[in-house]
Amino acid sequence: MASITLNNLVKKYGDGFPAVNDISIDIADGEFIILVGPSGCGKSTLLRMIVGLEDITDGDLLIDGERVNDKAPRDRNLAMVFQNYALYPHLTVYENIAFPLRLAKGKHSEDQVNKLVTEAAATLELTDHLQRKPANLSGGQRQRVAMGRAIVRQADAFLFDEPLSNLDAKLRGQMRSEISQMQRRLGVTSVYVTHDQTEAMTLGDRVAVLKKGELQQIASPRELYEQPVNLFVAGFIGSPSMNFLPATLDGNTLRTALGDLEIPAAKAEKAAGKKVVLVGLRPEFFEDAQLVEDHKRANGTVFTATLTHTEWLGNEQYGYIDFDPAPEVRGLLDNLAREMDADELRPQIVVTLDAASRIRGGREAELWLDTRKLHLFDAESGENLTRDAEAGAELTREANEERAEEIATAQQADGERGTGTGGTGHDTEAVRTGAGHSSGATAAGGKHSAG
Amino acid sequence: MTNSGTKKKVLWAIVTVLVLVYALFPVMSILATSFKAPSDLTSGTFLPSSGTATTSNYEQILVGDAQGLFLSALRNSIGISLIATFIAVVLATLCAYAIARLDFPGKGLVLTTALAVSIFPVISIVTPLFNLWRTIGLYDTWLGLIIPYLSLTLPISIWTLAAFFRQIPWELEQAAQVDGATTWQAFRKAIVPLAAPGVFTTAIIAFFIAWNDFVYGISLTSTETARPVPAALAFFTGASQFEAPTGAISAAAIIVTIPVVLLVLLFQRQIVSGLTSGAVKG
Repeated sequence: MASITLNNLVKKYGDGFPAVNDISIDIADGEFIILVGPSGCGKSTLLRMIVGLEDITDGDLLIDGERVNDKAPRDRNLAMVFQNYALYPHLTVYENIAFPLRLAKGKHSEDQVNKLVTEAAATLELTDHLQRKPANLSGGQRQRVAMGRAIVRQADAFLFDEPLSNLDAKLRGQMRSEISQMQRRLGVTSVYVTHDQTEAMTLGDRVAVLKKGELQQIASPRELYEQPVNLFVAGFIGSPSMNFLPATLDGNTLRTALGDLEIPAAKAEKAAGKKVVLVGLRPEFFEDAQLVEDHKRANGTVFTATLTHTEWLGNEQYGYIDFDPAPEVRGLLDNLAREMDADELRPQIVVTLDAASRIRGGREAELWLDTRKLHLFDAESGENLTRDAEAGAELTREANEERAEEIATAQQADGERGTGTGGTGHDTEAVRTGAGHSSGATAAGGKHSAG
Repeated sequence: MTNSGTKKKVLWAIVTVLVLVYALFPVMSILATSFKAPSDLTSGTFLPSSGTATTSNYEQILVGDAQGLFLSALRNSIGISLIATFIAVVLATLCAYAIARLDFPGKGLVLTTALAVSIFPVISIVTPLFNLWRTIGLYDTWLGLIIPYLSLTLPISIWTLAAFFRQIPWELEQAAQVDGATTWQAFRKAIVPLAAPGVFTTAIIAFFIAWNDFVYGISLTSTETARPVPAALAFFTGASQFEAPTGAISAAAIIVTIPVVLLVLLFQRQIVSGLTSGAVKG
C-alpha cells in the first residue's frame, strides 16, 4: 500500500505539445482516484506516466515519498489493468495470473505460487476456468483474469486504464461494483481512468476532471456535482448535463430567454458587476409547477415555457425547451460543446419532470425552478461565480471519512471470515467460502445502489 | 433447412473431390510411374502392369548408377535451401519488426522495393548474374545460389512477417513490463511465443521457394558441387541411350516431395495458427 504524489507533472511530445500540463495530485494511501475527461485530455497519458510506460518530461512522481521518475515500470511495484486486458494468449488462465509471480524469480516457491493464484482465482470466481486459454473466455471472464494478475502480487497500487469500456452495459455495471468492493476489501490505492462519468461518480473517492492536459478540479463526486469550479466541470459532470442559459443580471432578476427569473440576493451579489452571465441549471432543478408541494414553492420561481417534446422514462420524464441565444453568447456555447466532445450544443434546455406530470410538448406550461441551487458562471472565463468553496470542501471531507469507514468495515468483515487476499496461512476452502460471501455482498450492494 | 443443409454438404463434397483429383492426379501418376520397370513405361496404363512393379528406379538413384548425381544434388538442395531460409528469416524478422513497430521515414519505400524485387522476372537477371558470378568466382558454388535465393525469399518473408507482426498486440509487452519483466524478458515471454508461429510459417514458405527453384539452379551451376535436385533431374540418363530416364526422374521427384509433405504435416498447427486470438477483446 502506498501514497502517490504527482508534483507538477508535464508530458511533452516531440512537437512540443503538452499532453499533460503541470498536474499536481496527492493520492492518499488506500484512496480511489478517478481521472476523467473527454478523449484527448491526457488522462491515459497521465496514468501511463505513473506506471512508467511514458517518460516524464518535467515534474516529480513520488511513491511513498520516494522519487520514481527514472525507475523502470518493473521497479515501481504497481499493477495495471489494461483496456483490452492484455492477457497472454499462449498461457492458461492459471499461468496468466501466475505470470508476475514467476517473473519475481526465487521469491515464491511453487507451493506459494499455487496458493496465491488459487486464492486470487477464488476471489474472482475463476476457479473453474484456471486451465482454459483466454481465447475461450467471455469478455467478463477475461476482465477478471486481468484483475487477477493485478491482485495476485502485493502491488503498492492498482492502475486501471478504462477497464470496462469493452464490456456490454449490464456486465459493466456488475464489474463496476466488483471493482469497488475489491478495492475496499484490499484497501489498496487505486487510480482509474475512464471517460464514463457513471464510473467516475460511483467508484471514486475523489475525481480529477482533466481538460486538454490540465487539471480542472479534483474533489469528491458530490463536490464536483454541487460545487463545480467552472463551466467545463459543471457541463461534464452529470447526465443529462447541466443546462447553460445566457442571462443579463438586473438586481436580483435574471433576464433570460425563458423569461425573468428571481434569484436569491446572495447569488446575485456574487455576480454583481458582470453584464452577461451563464446560468447553470441542472435538469432536476425544474419541476412541473402544478406538482410542487406548497412548502417548497417559495424556494424557487415559476415561469411559463413551451416544451418541444417530452420523454417518459417510467420513474421520471425529460422535457425539452428550445431557446434562441443572442449571437454573442452563441459562439461561447459552441465552444463549450466542442470542449466536451459534443458536435454542437443545441440551444436547448433539458428539464426533469415528475413521471406523473401531464405536461406535453407543443403546449405552454408552467414550470417551477429551484433557484437555491443554480450557479452563475462568468461568460468569458467560465469561472463559477457562485461556488461555495467551504461547502465543497466539507463534502469532500465527508467523503474521506466515509472511505476510511468503508475500508475498515470491509476489512473487518474480511477478518471475521478469516480470509483476505493479503493474509497468510489459510486454506483454499476458507477462501472459497469467502468468495461466496463476497458475491452475496455484491448482489446486495447492487440492489442497494439501485434502490 | 435440414434439406438445404445436406444439399449444401453434398455440393461441397463434390467440389472438394474434384479439386483433390485435379491436384493429386499428377502426383499419383508420378508415384505410379516411379514403380514401373523401363519396359513398362510406354504401356499407357496408369498403374504398373501386374507383376512388373519394381523398386529398381529407387535403387538406381539411391544406391545405383545415378547415386552420385542424385545424392550430391539432394545434399546441395538441403544445405542451400536451409541456409537461404535461415538468413532470409533472420533478416526479414528484423526488417518486419522495424516496419511493424517503428515509425521511420522510408518505411513505405522498403515495402515497395521488396514488392518490386519479388515481381521482377527471374529469367531476365539470370544471364547477367551468370556472367557476374563467373567473373567473381561465385559460379557453381553454394553461395552463388544462396544469394539469388535470398532475392526470392526475402521479399515474401518481409511481407508475410510484417503483416503478421502488425497483428501482435504490443500492449502485452507493456503489460509484462508492469508485471515485473525486464525489456528483454517482456520480449521473450510475451512477444516471442506469439511471433513464433508467424516466423515458422514464413520459414516454411521461404524453404519451399528455395527448394523448388529450377532456373537459378540450372543456370548458375555446372557440377555436382552446387547443383540442386530440380536441376539434377534434368541430367538423369537412361540405362542406355535408347531408354528414357522417366522412371528414375519420377522416383527422384517423389523423394524430394517427401520433405515438403513432412514439413507441412509437422507444422500445420503453426501454419494454421489461431494463437493470437483472445489476447485482446474478441
